[in-house]
Amino acid sequence: MGGASHAYKEMAFLKRLKKEYMELKKSPPPGVVLDDSVLENNITNWIIHISGAEGTLYSGEQFKLNIKFNDKYPFDSPQVTFIKPYLPVHPHVYSNGHICLSILDRDWSPALNVSSICLSILSMLSSCTQKVKPDDDSMYMRFAPSNPKKTTWVFHDDSV
Amino acid sequence: MAEIEEEDFMYDYEESDDEEDEDEEGDFVSDGLLREDSVPSGSKLKAEWQTLSPDQLSKKMFEIVDDVNAVFQLPTPHVRILLTACKWDKEKLMERYYAGDQEALFREAHLIHPKKRNPNPVIVVRAQSTSTCGAAASSKQEYICDICMMSYSTDHMMGLECGHLFCRPCWNNYLTVMVMSQGRAQTLSCPATSCDIVVDEATVLELLTDGEVRKKYQYLITNSFVQDHPLLKWCPSPGCCNALLASNNVEHEPVSCSCGHSFCFKCSRDPHEPILCTYLSKWLKKCDDDSETSNWIHVNTKECPKCSATIEKNGGCNHMICCNNSCKAEFCWVCLGPWEPHGTSWYNCNRYNESDAKSARDAQMGSRAALERYLFYCNRYMNHLRSSKMEAKLYEMVHEKMKELQQLGMSWVEIQFMKKAVDVLCLCRQTLMYTYVFAYYLKKNNHMLIFEDNQSDLEIATELLSEYLEREITSVSLDQLKIQVQDKSKYCEARRKVLLEHVYEGYDQDFWDFTEL
Repeated sequence: MGGASHAYKEMAFLKRLKKEYMELKKSPPPGVVLDDSVLENNITNWIIHISGAEGTLYSGEQFKLNIKFNDKYPFDSPQVTFIKPYLPVHPHVYSNGHICLSILDRDWSPALNVSSICLSILSMLSSCTQKVKPDDDSMYMRFAPSNPKKTTWVFHDDSV
Repeated sequence: MAEIEEEDFMYDYEESDDEEDEDEEGDFVSDGLLREDSVPSGSKLKAEWQTLSPDQLSKKMFEIVDDVNAVFQLPTPHVRILLTACKWDKEKLMERYYAGDQEALFREAHLIHPKKRNPNPVIVVRAQSTSTCGAAASSKQEYICDICMMSYSTDHMMGLECGHLFCRPCWNNYLTVMVMSQGRAQTLSCPATSCDIVVDEATVLELLTDGEVRKKYQYLITNSFVQDHPLLKWCPSPGCCNALLASNNVEHEPVSCSCGHSFCFKCSRDPHEPILCTYLSKWLKKCDDDSETSNWIHVNTKECPKCSATIEKNGGCNHMICCNNSCKAEFCWVCLGPWEPHGTSWYNCNRYNESDAKSARDAQMGSRAALERYLFYCNRYMNHLRSSKMEAKLYEMVHEKMKELQQLGMSWVEIQFMKKAVDVLCLCRQTLMYTYVFAYYLKKNNHMLIFEDNQSDLEIATELLSEYLEREITSVSLDQLKIQVQDKSKYCEARRKVLLEHVYEGYDQDFWDFTEL
């Protein structure tokens, strides 16, 4: 029984990833482009190009996102980071690319997907009013784990 | 109830010390077996408690739920969730349900108010799933599950009252991950984005198929019941699955579980009469923080008589020059007086009693008095702590002695007084240990003098009892030994009781002055 359910999970996991991949390739949200050159080898490690929306502080800038899925996806959130040096100067983005965003942590729901993550990140960028690094950036750099999912995030600022 | 009787029987030792009937009952040879039927005295308002096994625990939970449900007539799982939101306070829930804002109550509990429930959630979902994921929900009652993105017919889909539908395998996976890797049970919510409607017990158990996961889920539910309920506590003993239910708010009395472990109901630590939990926490923190450090400082350093900087002498002669740049005082390490009059006597000081040296030491005394005081109580506390760690050894030794006595012709029943005496000894040691913590936080007043008398009385008696127990059996006649041990342990018990009653009287009548926390 355990084996069967494991096989089911494996299948559902790959099926969903493939489906999301096709969907994102076919009709991506504006400003989001999937880098499929990397994808060939490993379906659990995606790279996504994001362009800052027109009329915002990040207009004309290009960023790169790295999304890694573990086999608990979509029940566990994926690991999402910006790739250096393509990261925005933003109060919720640390110099190592880690993003402080509640849906990537506490507020993750299996009904969310890569497209909704990209949209959330775009909207986080768009609503920013001042290009500054996080207050505790230098502190975080010293102690940050390599996986942002291991950080205990505190989400206190809903405005940006 | 068979369990309760058994519990009384097993824990007679621990409990009996607070009970009046002990003294009246002259029959001291008896152990638990004979005293089983002794009735606890009603002289003091005592908390009563009972041990609940895991099965009894869930029975108890449903009892409370049923009680409330007799009035509410709601689905059982919902009542449980409402009760959790009110910390299992039936009266509070009733009051809020009937007199307060019902909608707020349901919102807080993350439930949909029964009046707002959609009579036919499936219709809502169809509209939602087509609009949110844009996938084709075909007209033939096919739905896309937002998690696995596969389409299913209606009967494969499942949703709560919020109307978010997902396929059963995804529900099962979602709940499994939540229960197994995140340890969530009470707070399981609908998987839809930012939907906080709670998944009730019946639904979870219907969806979960794996036995292990179901077991863990049920454990988590029971655990949160115990943790949320103010009158329930897990027995902290490793490997014990029982919980204790108190009849009313337990203040400082220790309780004992049917597994044999006694503990403080409030803080789950070992019983710590007579000190209160708050002061004990403070004390333990203090001991952790600085007992070793202050000991070291006390033994190895002195303070500069001029600027009070703490100085360690790591070699050389007695001629000290303070390193503090703004001080540079020169003094003698031995008498702490100024160095000048010492001249060339670098290695011995004969000025110890000169007035200037004396006043320098007196000044230092003041700053060290607090430390001295702490060390005084700490040393005595540690002493008893060390002794209590030897308990197991003591029991072993007495066990050997008991065998010896049996060989000398005493019957098994007759020698039980030895074991009883060790029980009393351990209990008295434990109490004495905490009396030093109590005394440390106490300000001097007349009652403290009485308390200290009680304390030293108990201490002397306890040490004597300990001596009697360790004595060679051959040194006295058997009858004499038995009488001495029994008398002493009876005396110890009585003294312990007097001491504790005095302390509790003080708590009740507020005659203890504590130093500020």
